[in-house]
Amino acid sequence: MSQSPFRRFIIILTLAWLALFVLAPHFLVVLTSVMTPDSEHLAVWPMTLDAYARIWEPLYADVFWQSLALSAKATLICLLLGYPFAYIVAKMSPAWRAFMMFLMIIPFWTNSLIRTYAIKLLLGNKGLFNWVLEAIGVIDAPIQMIYTEFAVVFGLTYILLPFMALPLISSFDKLDKDLIEAGHDLGAGFWQRFYHIVLPLTMPGVVAGCLIVFLPAMGMFYVADLLGGAKNLLLGNIIKNQFLVVRDWPFGSAFSVTLIVIMGMMLWLYYAANKKVQRMGGLDDQNL
Amino acid sequence: MIRIFKSGFLGLIFLYLYLPILVLVVNSFNESKYGYDWKGFSWRWYEKLWNNDALMDAFGNSLLIACLSATAATVIGALMALAIYRYKFPLKKTAGSLLFVVMMSPDIVLAITFLVIFIALGIQLGFWSLLIAHITFCLPFVVITVYAQLKGFDDNLLEAAQDLGASESRIFRLIILPIILPAVISGWLLSFTLSLDDVIISSFVTGPGFEILPIRVFSMVKVGISPEVNVLATVLLFISLTLVTVVTLLMKRKTEA
Repeated sequence: MSQSPFRRFIIILTLAWLALFVLAPHFLVVLTSVMTPDSEHLAVWPMTLDAYARIWEPLYADVFWQSLALSAKATLICLLLGYPFAYIVAKMSPAWRAFMMFLMIIPFWTNSLIRTYAIKLLLGNKGLFNWVLEAIGVIDAPIQMIYTEFAVVFGLTYILLPFMALPLISSFDKLDKDLIEAGHDLGAGFWQRFYHIVLPLTMPGVVAGCLIVFLPAMGMFYVADLLGGAKNLLLGNIIKNQFLVVRDWPFGSAFSVTLIVIMGMMLWLYYAANKKVQRMGGLDDQNL
Repeated sequence: MIRIFKSGFLGLIFLYLYLPILVLVVNSFNESKYGYDWKGFSWRWYEKLWNNDALMDAFGNSLLIACLSATAATVIGALMALAIYRYKFPLKKTAGSLLFVVMMSPDIVLAITFLVIFIALGIQLGFWSLLIAHITFCLPFVVITVYAQLKGFDDNLLEAAQDLGASESRIFRLIILPIILPAVISGWLLSFTLSLDDVIISSFVTGPGFEILPIRVFSMVKVGISPEVNVLATVLLFISLTLVTVVTLLMKRKTEA
């Protein structure tokens, strides 16, 4: 094959862009995490693992666990809402399915920060929910919803639900209907078919959905700031503080590297689920 | 019975997704500051937004970054998809994995990697840093969309063109581009959407000279309530809906022609 200039250009563009703005930056973050913080140069040598040791200090470890718990709750709710939603949508005609997916995208155009602010208008002591509840006489005094963990989970779920639903819809799409029918013909009931066929075959979608909800949820500092009050509720709040306020870059980087490691473990889980599905023969080769 | 249950469930999900937005839109026309307290229709907050220079600047900057980064990401992403689909080159697998990493990484991690590289390269935080960051986090979505379209079409066409002596760039312009056009357009829309929605990455790579929406809005709504933000959300929604409708209609006419 001859080396046309066009061909050379797009190959170099691809490799150069990814090397410069993806590979090098990740490498630099790992590097920064083992350096010593410095007020003037942000990070200097010698190498030290101090930052990683400090993650385990009670103050930070607490936030870490708390943020894992909050994200896990939001992820679980997204899954419980998104799974049946995807199931219903995947069964619709292509035109309706496209319309449903379009309806999921529209909210994004208002910017997620503004939408989080809108949640504040719903949950506030003078907000819509309390007003409605008082108007119909369920409560006498407003319930404290804003600035609680509930509000944060409500907001995270709201922002992230589409990210759970979309991969689930595509995994329901790929589901081989013959397998379900075969199960039916062999006398399996609804729950048996669900547990032995549908659930395992949609597992890659479940894992993918959880992956793109669970980790980002830990980073959403603005949701915690607006709905959770001035507390450091999420890992994102700590990271943002370390980078933009305290300017301890190695410490902030160490937290990010920890997140990357967790992501790696979840990706491994995703491949394992995919492999299992391929062994079941329910899917074509499903590569990204 | 099951039908009613299904529709009810879908209704609830969309109520959850749209109630907050509805509150913003209705509130933007409300004379009173609070949504539950309807004091009559008014353009008051629209006027207030129009006169809020800092907010209007940030608004314009956000739209500018969204349009530019979507366009650049679409061009670069389409070329990347083509390179990965059509050519063999060293580190091709690595390139694919890196795109996957960008797609899967939480925003906060990407935000930090961008901040660190811009500081290391001496790129001033502001317009350029925002643009590069937004292009990069949109790229994988364009590549996937375009790649899927490329995979679906007949290789023989390309080989025939090659045998007849067409250059690579000519093949791209005359054969590949028309075929991937629908994917290119949806890639653009997706990138525009992602860019407009972003908060986390923008917060890290923005600079004092070039303020964009989430940063401005954050300082306004952190403590209290700002009716101008309701107006802003309404206008943003309106602009985006118009834009997408126009693009969709144009696409329809093109495919019908």
